Amino acid sequence: MSDNNLVLEASGLHKSFKDLHAVKGVSFHIATGETYGLLGPNGAGKTTTISMVTGLLERDGGEVVVDGREISTTSTEAKRAIGYVPQDIAIYPDLTARENLSFFGRLYGMSAKPLRGRVDEVLDIIGLSDRADDRSEEFSGGMKRRLNIGIGLLHGPRLLMLDEPTVGVDPQSRNAILESVERLSVEGMAVLYTTHYMEEAERLCDRVGIIDEGEIKAEGTRAELVSMVGQRDKVRLSATGHLDAAVEAVRAIPGVHDASTREDGIDLLVDGADRALPSILQAVAAAETSVSSVAVDEPNLEAVFLHLTGKALRD
Amino acid sequence: MAAVQIALKDLKQRVRDRSAFLWGIVAPLGLAAIFSMLFGPIADFDVSFAVADLDGGTVASAFVDQLEDLEADGTITLEVADDAASAEDLVEDGSVDAAFVIPVGFTDAVSAGATVEVGVIGNVDQAIGTQVARSVAAGFAGEINTVGAAACTVLTARDESCLGSPSLGSLAATALAEPAFTESPVTLAGSPAASKELSSETFYSAAMAILFLFLTVQFGVLGLLEERQNGTMLRLLAAPISARSIVAGKALTSFVLGLVSMTVLVVGTTLLLGAEWGNSLGVAVMVLAGVIAAMGIMFVVAAFARTPEQASNLQSIIAFVLAMLGGSFFPIAQVGGLVAQLSLLTPHAWFLRGLGDLAAGGGVGAVFPAALYVALFGIVTGGLAQLRIGRVLQA
Ligand SMILES: Nc1ncnc2c1ncn2[C@@H]1O[C@H](COP(=O)(O)OP(=O)(O)O)[C@@H](O)[C@H]1O
Ligand SMILES: [Mg+2]
Repeated sequence: MSDNNLVLEASGLHKSFKDLHAVKGVSFHIATGETYGLLGPNGAGKTTTISMVTGLLERDGGEVVVDGREISTTSTEAKRAIGYVPQDIAIYPDLTARENLSFFGRLYGMSAKPLRGRVDEVLDIIGLSDRADDRSEEFSGGMKRRLNIGIGLLHGPRLLMLDEPTVGVDPQSRNAILESVERLSVEGMAVLYTTHYMEEAERLCDRVGIIDEGEIKAEGTRAELVSMVGQRDKVRLSATGHLDAAVEAVRAIPGVHDASTREDGIDLLVDGADRALPSILQAVAAAETSVSSVAVDEPNLEAVFLHLTGKALRD
Repeated sequence: MAAVQIALKDLKQRVRDRSAFLWGIVAPLGLAAIFSMLFGPIADFDVSFAVADLDGGTVASAFVDQLEDLEADGTITLEVADDAASAEDLVEDGSVDAAFVIPVGFTDAVSAGATVEVGVIGNVDQAIGTQVARSVAAGFAGEINTVGAAACTVLTARDESCLGSPSLGSLAATALAEPAFTESPVTLAGSPAASKELSSETFYSAAMAILFLFLTVQFGVLGLLEERQNGTMLRLLAAPISARSIVAGKALTSFVLGLVSMTVLVVGTTLLLGAEWGNSLGVAVMVLAGVIAAMGIMFVVAAFARTPEQASNLQSIIAFVLAMLGGSFFPIAQVGGLVAQLSLLTPHAWFLRGLGDLAAGGGVGAVFPAALYVALFGIVTGGLAQLRIGRVLQA
């Protein structure tokens, strides 16, 4: 990945609160269109890290460069590239959704006309168009969360940072939030997403940093992290036909570690089922075996976290 | 520009929740109206005098009569002493604020056209009472001179040398003893406190305005703590604006709220209560200085308080203490001693004093010393608070 493709480079971040060394040399980078997740339990140092990256918190050591410009607590212009969604809902309860969005848009220097259009667009993204002119104090928790996110992405930042944006929302709102984050990264926004929900990290993030006690313990794509733990996907094919021949054929495919027949199909152990599956299905078909269903049982990041830290992600 | 955006947003919120309107306009206007109705002439506050008439002549009696009239009005309380020593005792033991001693031969001296003086014995701790006594005595002496001069003017046509003539003096003495002349030679108008010349309507309008100004400004600067409490401070800090412009935005909100509420109060009390504020430019200068002083204190509170609620309580306490010390409720200087001196440290006392100077007919120049003190009070306190305000501008 070339350097000019990087939206964020954070290196060697340190932060102590009195005796507590909350962040101990955290480094990571995010490219255009990439969604990077910081996955870790409460108190791991996610918010402290994100606060240093946004220039909200003075750091004790390390460097942050966003869109080619150094970020510190005194930066002003450089912060324009960043959209920030705080962990706790930060909106004006006595202002409407539209007024909340417009105010922050103006703070980011957007002029009246483009701002008006953009506010409508964002209201649509966060699904609040029909409540745009209601005061936000009348909103449900999930709606407030969505407005909280809307404010962060309003000015179209190069890098959007979301600090546990789904905490305490109903499943429906959560799904809406996750969908809008997915949309953003498709549009080319770089996203830094912190969470302690494994499912969110798995669903949204191209790469994940597993953070605990102020350190990134491991980093990579989901598959990389999982393979680091030495666990493989279990693939179960329900199939009829020449099962023995099919097993012989799939064993030759790279990534397939083991294959065996069952009464009504084939079981496989695979590194990266998502990549190997097309070849597997091709080989099985070539062996004149027809597949009626595929089930992939993947080891997950929860297991990775347990493996790395000896702790469960959530307690 | 960011500061203006922040101030516009804040003002929108303040208009919406109406609190600034209630505290900045409704409350002071209502209280000013109630106080001016309740207490009418501010001189109702109790000044007590003793008088010892050692002369017993007609002019001396005229003076005592006038004092008794004032007592009948309820303007003062009066005790009659037999001699100078017992008058002095009354002053010493605090029964009265001051005593008049009319010397032996007073009436004769007036008749002879000589310069006369009513002696005043004042209690050092009753500065205002003594001051009032002196002005009563001086007013009476002035009245004698005026009558003498008037008589002189009439007679000048016929007699070249009228001044100092014994006949003139006796004419004056006779004239003074006439009811037409002695109707009210001595008046106690307005508050004897700092607002020497303010009518009660004007005094209470000004006093309530400056008191509530200190509460109104909190709806700007306190926003710093409110933004912190509801998390939006993080967003402001993450935005591409300087931390200074956040503070400036809040200051601007306070400034606008203070200025608007004061303007409405000046106009409102003039129209509704008949207050007479005097020279408008002078009032504007005084109001501006008052707003700066109130903001200074508010910044100090914001720099030290932990929560908006705490800050609001603290600001209210300070506002009332300063107003009380500064004579917004009653003429505190009357208490005398340390309190009277502390009173002079408050912007309130100087605010009322400046307005008194305007009411006395002074132009804008007359308020500059008072306005300067009031503004400096705000600049110094507010400036010192900036050293610590950074504390609320952190994640
Ligand atoms: N302002 C602060 N003062 C003292 N300790 C803090 C402060 N902020 C965070 N911490 C501590 O630093 C550690 C990391 O906190 P945080 O970054 O909020 O974790 P996370 O966001 O992953 O839950 C925790 O132990 C937390 O208690
Ligand atoms: Mg956190």
